[in-house]
Order: sequence, then C-alpha cells, then structure tokens
Amino acid sequence: MLELLTTRNNPMIDPVLHVWGWEIPVYLFLGGWVAGAMVLSGWLMRRDPDGARPSVWRLLPWVGLVLISLGMGALFLDLEHKLYVWRMYTTFQPTSPMSWGGWILIGVYPVLLLAGIAGMPPPLAEAWAPLGALARRLRQPDALRLLGLASIVLGVGLGIYTGILLSSLGARPLWASGALGPLFLVSGLSTGAAFAHMIARDPAEQSVLLRSDNLFLVTELGLIALFLIGLASAGAAQGQAAGMLLGGPYTAPFWVLVVGIGILLPLSIQLLMATHRIGHTLVAPVLVMAGGLALRFVIVAAGQASTWP
Amino acid sequence: MARFGMVIDTRKCVGCMDCVVACKTENDVPDGHCRDWIAKRVEGRMPDLRLTITSERCNHCDRPPCVTCCPTGASHVHDYGKVVLVDHGKCIGCKACVASCPYGARFMHPEGYADKCTFCIHRVEKGEQPACVEVCPTRCMTFGDLDDPESEVSRLIATHRHFVLKPDAGTKPRVFYLE
Repeated sequence: MLELLTTRNNPMIDPVLHVWGWEIPVYLFLGGWVAGAMVLSGWLMRRDPDGARPSVWRLLPWVGLVLISLGMGALFLDLEHKLYVWRMYTTFQPTSPMSWGGWILIGVYPVLLLAGIAGMPPPLAEAWAPLGALARRLRQPDALRLLGLASIVLGVGLGIYTGILLSSLGARPLWASGALGPLFLVSGLSTGAAFAHMIARDPAEQSVLLRSDNLFLVTELGLIALFLIGLASAGAAQGQAAGMLLGGPYTAPFWVLVVGIGILLPLSIQLLMATHRIGHTLVAPVLVMAGGLALRFVIVAAGQASTWP
Repeated sequence: MARFGMVIDTRKCVGCMDCVVACKTENDVPDGHCRDWIAKRVEGRMPDLRLTITSERCNHCDRPPCVTCCPTGASHVHDYGKVVLVDHGKCIGCKACVASCPYGARFMHPEGYADKCTFCIHRVEKGEQPACVEVCPTRCMTFGDLDDPESEVSRLIATHRHFVLKPDAGTKPRVFYLE
C-alpha cells in the first residue's frame, strides 16, 4: 500500500495537472490543418505552375490565413501574461519547440499571403495596380515553384512542431514519444486534404486529393499503432500512460471519437467514394476534421493527467 | 562556481509546516498557492507501516526541463549557484514550464507569470540561509554548495543513504532526502 498526503493544492496543478484547457487543442488542430493545407497547396502549385487548371490551391492560402489567425487567437487567450507576448520575438531559444513554432508562424504568414495573391483572379488583383504587378510576378512558373516549395517546407515544419511541442515536455510520459510529431503532421495533412477535396471543383483534382486523404488516414492509423506500441513497451511510466488509452479513462474517447468516427468511418466512406460506388458528400471530410480535433483534445488531456510514478 | 543544493533528513522532519509558512511569509506567496509543501507517504501493510515525511519544493534540477522548454528564456539557470529562476518580466505565461515539471513545483502566479521556489536566492546572496532552512525547528534541512566537497551538504550525501524524488524523470534533482 502507498498512501500519499500532500499539503499542496495549487490551482491548475492539483490533484492532476490541468494547465491547458480548450485553447491549446484548438490551436494544435488549426495549426495542423493549416500545415496540411500549405503542404497540399504547395504541391498543387508546383504540379501546375502554368495555372492551367481551376485548382483549389488558389483558395487554400486564404483559408489558411483565417485559420492560423484563429489558432493564434486561441493561443493568445491561453497566455496568462498576455501583455508580454512580444517577448517571444525578442529572442530565439533553440531548445524550445515553442520558440521554433513562434518563428515558424512568422514565416507562415507572408508565404500564405504571397500564395493567396498569386492565386487571386486577375481582374480582382488588377483592381489595384501594385497588387496586380505583384500577382503577375508571382504567377511566373519559377516563382510559383519557389512559393510552392516554401509552402511545403513551412507546412511540414508547422505540422511536426505541433507534435514535438508536447513530446519535448519530458514530465508527461504519454507525450514522451517521438511518434507524436509525425502523427500530428499526418493528422494535419489528412485534415487539410479532407477540407481540400470537400471544396475542390475540378473532378480530377478532387479525386487526387481524396486518394491522398485515404493514404494519410491509413498512415495515421499506422502511426497511432507505433505510438501506442512504443509507449507500452517502454518503461513503467510510459506503459502506465499507454494504459490510459488502452482500458483507462481515455479509452472510449480515443477509440470511438478519434479512431472510429475520425478515421475508420470516413476512410470506409472515402474508399467507396474513390471507387465511385458512392458520390462525394460532406460527411466523410467533416468526420475527418472532427477526428483531428478529437485527437488533439484527447492527447492534450490524457497527457496532462499522466505523470511519473 | 557554486552549485547549490539541499539535503533534508526525513528522520528529523515532523511535518510541522514551519518551512511552508516561512516561505509564504518571506516570499509573499499569494493565497491559495505554495512554493513548498509537506508530503506524507505511508507504505507497507498493517501492522508494518512506514511513514516518510518530506518537505518538497523545486528541485533546481541539473537538467531542468522547465528551462529548455521556455520560449522566451524567462526560465533560466542563474549564474550564482546554478539556481533555476524565472524572470517575471520575460514570462508570457504559456505554462509549458508548469507542464514540463515532473514535481509540480511550479504554479501560475495570479499576476500571470510562472512562480516557484528560488532557494531564497535574495537571502543567500547576502550570506543568509533560505527561509525554510532558517526556521526549521528540528534542523532537518541543510543548504549549501554541492560542488564543494567540504560543504555540509556534500558530507551528508557522501555519508548517508539518500534518495531523490522521481529519479526516472531524468532531471537530476538537487534536493536530496536522507532515509
């Protein structure tokens, strides 16, 4: 028997850590979504630098700007010392993933903005001469290829950082896994692909995005398996943490909301969509996005509750 | 260069909480929060029970995860004594350091910055002892330089069986408990 009594009762720390509420999972979800959108729009941009098709990449950067702003808004709401937020940008701390993330976000904004301008309908861009001139320069195939590459690189960085942000906090055994970075990246890619094929107009592009999303969802399943196997086969603390998702208090939300409703169900629907047995509907992509959000909520909450013995 | 640490003799600690009160008074710790606290662990099976009382606080780890995760450098290792401190003016209140501490030693001050034990560095720099050490009625706490082999803390660690909290977390804590 071990009974522990403590006189400590600090807010947000006791009885279990709960420093992060809805804001951080929402930010991680939106950040992942934008990361996925950037990688996909960068790829589509490079695939069709002549701009011959009515590609969805023209819209994704604008959606990304809105989403990342909402995400950063959530992040700002989470800060306890809000007036000091500018301190993030007076330094670079190489050991802190949060510092990396802050600077990556600084790079994300201009790339999204330039990509958005490049994709603007010419009559709209030409309404203001300097904007029209910039749009014409950005629409050059070489510029588009470069912009696409920058979009992919920053998207991958943004997606991975949202996972590493958690896994670098060594005090929480559930987060002590190198698989979290790739898992959050692939989840972001699947969210981005789901949204993109939901709004895509070109049937050929819609089909490519749909098949990509299916690939991302299968990869996500594999990474979830690796994440759980890695934890369960590590030390006692990580094993205990894995138990929270394998029979413990977070089992139902994880397996029902994240894996069942968020991956397996939409994957089944999208496999049927890909083979043209059923038509495109909003159901599958909305479920994928809901699953991505649920993944962040479950991992953030369960991770905070996990502790070293 | 000194590397401060603390040795607490669990055989002498009676859990009177004088250290907790002294810390709150000395450091003006806000109501409902504490920088140090008393933990009582009861282990074994009736009738063979063992009670261990520990006065706990920030461990001023040699590998402090709260410092490496801080995005602004607010959490830092102080030059004097390698004590882990928070620069309130740099802290944005992101709470990453709170989440990264396996000991739950940090909390958010109502004014918005992360707060925790400082080993009373403002007293130590003047040649005084930390407040908790100063007031302990059983003299169970010893504070000093772990890098000085002649210091009392080094002698106690070298000559007594001791343990640290959560060694598996890999943070190399600098608060040692004699058993």
